[in-house]
Amino acid sequence: MLIEAKDICFSYRKNRSILEHVDFTMDAGERVALVGPSGCGKSTLAQILAGYLKPESGTILFEGKPLPRKGYCPVQLIYQHPEKAVNPRWKLSRTLTEGWEPQEELLKWMGIEKEWLSRYPAELSGGELQRFCIARAMSPKTRCVIADEMTAMLDVITQAQIWDVMLKMAERRKLGLLVVTHRMELAERICTRVVRFEELVEENPANVL
Amino acid sequence: MEHKEPILDIKNLSVSFRMYEKGLEQKDLKVISNLNIHVDEGEILAIVGSSGSGKSLLASTVLGILPKNASVTGDMRYYGQPMTIELQQRLRGREIALVPQSVEYLDPLMKTGKQVVGVRGTKEKQRLAFKRYGLQREVEELYPFQLSGGMARRVLVSTAVIGDAKLIVADEPTPGMSKAMAEEAMSNFRTLADEGKGIILITHDIDLAFEYADRIAIFYAGTTVETALAEDFGRGPEALRHPYSKALWEALPQNGFKPIPGTQPYAGSIPGGCLFAPRCLYKTEECLGEIPMRTLRGGEVCCIHAD
Repeated sequence: MLIEAKDICFSYRKNRSILEHVDFTMDAGERVALVGPSGCGKSTLAQILAGYLKPESGTILFEGKPLPRKGYCPVQLIYQHPEKAVNPRWKLSRTLTEGWEPQEELLKWMGIEKEWLSRYPAELSGGELQRFCIARAMSPKTRCVIADEMTAMLDVITQAQIWDVMLKMAERRKLGLLVVTHRMELAERICTRVVRFEELVEENPANVL
Repeated sequence: MEHKEPILDIKNLSVSFRMYEKGLEQKDLKVISNLNIHVDEGEILAIVGSSGSGKSLLASTVLGILPKNASVTGDMRYYGQPMTIELQQRLRGREIALVPQSVEYLDPLMKTGKQVVGVRGTKEKQRLAFKRYGLQREVEELYPFQLSGGMARRVLVSTAVIGDAKLIVADEPTPGMSKAMAEEAMSNFRTLADEGKGIILITHDIDLAFEYADRIAIFYAGTTVETALAEDFGRGPEALRHPYSKALWEALPQNGFKPIPGTQPYAGSIPGGCLFAPRCLYKTEECLGEIPMRTLRGGEVCCIHAD
């Protein structure tokens, strides 16, 4: 198993838990779509799986071991709002090379213009910024990508282009891909398995009792 | 029937930014060029198109909230009156409301309920709007960082609909919302339009737009390439006029998910003639010349090969 989350509980406020005994597993090379109503905890689960948030209880194993606390994290999260995921005071060339040095070929595939590298985030549109966030996360050390509404702010042609690149990379590198989305059409198109958030919660025997 | 003045009529709009190039050298970067749109009372005009084609800039231009280094030329009229800076200042927040694209527009230090009430709203109106969008009572006591993406988006929509605006500019109101919620938001916009308001709906959810909008303007590289009736999108690529619109249709996940190669021209290096020509299958010599906007099958198109 690439990622194995067991019995995850999480709450932002006391006595108002958002995740209760959630189990989730994903294999390498698998493309899983996670769908569910707004505000149900999809993004929270995504952040827990990527190690951004610490669950109150439960374990997350990556290839059988806990996620590394230091160095490059093999599970990369791409946020729903790119403008919140980049440093507003950094030029984009610096943001792009935070984790690794992407080759020019990748930038071309992602539709990143050379001129954009010397700009600040406020000078680009949301869709343009998101391409940087995606390229930044696609280091060869990445083993699993969690895409949280990754293409919601892109036009459909760019969406199709970016998913084309992502799917080819995922195929070639045997990446695990978790796609959080509201669009069933997209989920059915690109994923091998669709998981409804409600199922995750209901399936667990602890919740049935 | 008496022809009514459109709420907003924009002709030949161009927006450019003054940027520093090298040292103290400056250059003008034209990001919107020769753009024409109009919105009538009781109408939803959807604007779709590539990311970075100037859709959100258009919203800022209408409200007059562009940064200082921007310059605007062209003719913009509100109920026939020329849109001056003073008029924009008077109208925005009162008669023209904005649903901003980014959830960053929320004040991080203010509880959402208070933000939605704002300067001119009331608690009752805010509660009504929250109820309409399925936000629970306790959401008004939360700070923006405590909201999920879809919830924040619904708070933003609430801010715009609680006033008595005649024109609502909604910049991508639906991403992050579930399908049912997005449909609910759209049908609310429809109701508002049926009450006589004008709505500019900037969106990437084409399939949602054509169900609720009246007309759809398709943007590419800072200008409109086509204005189509909303039904045309339902009927498929044959009913559409511009090759870019057809490509948009074909790129929808349910219609093939087919990407066309290339990217839209960058604002600094706009080619002469047709802006879409470098990526177009029907490109000929004539495409490099001046392309006028012409009327075709009840819509407008900026392409010499469309028929």
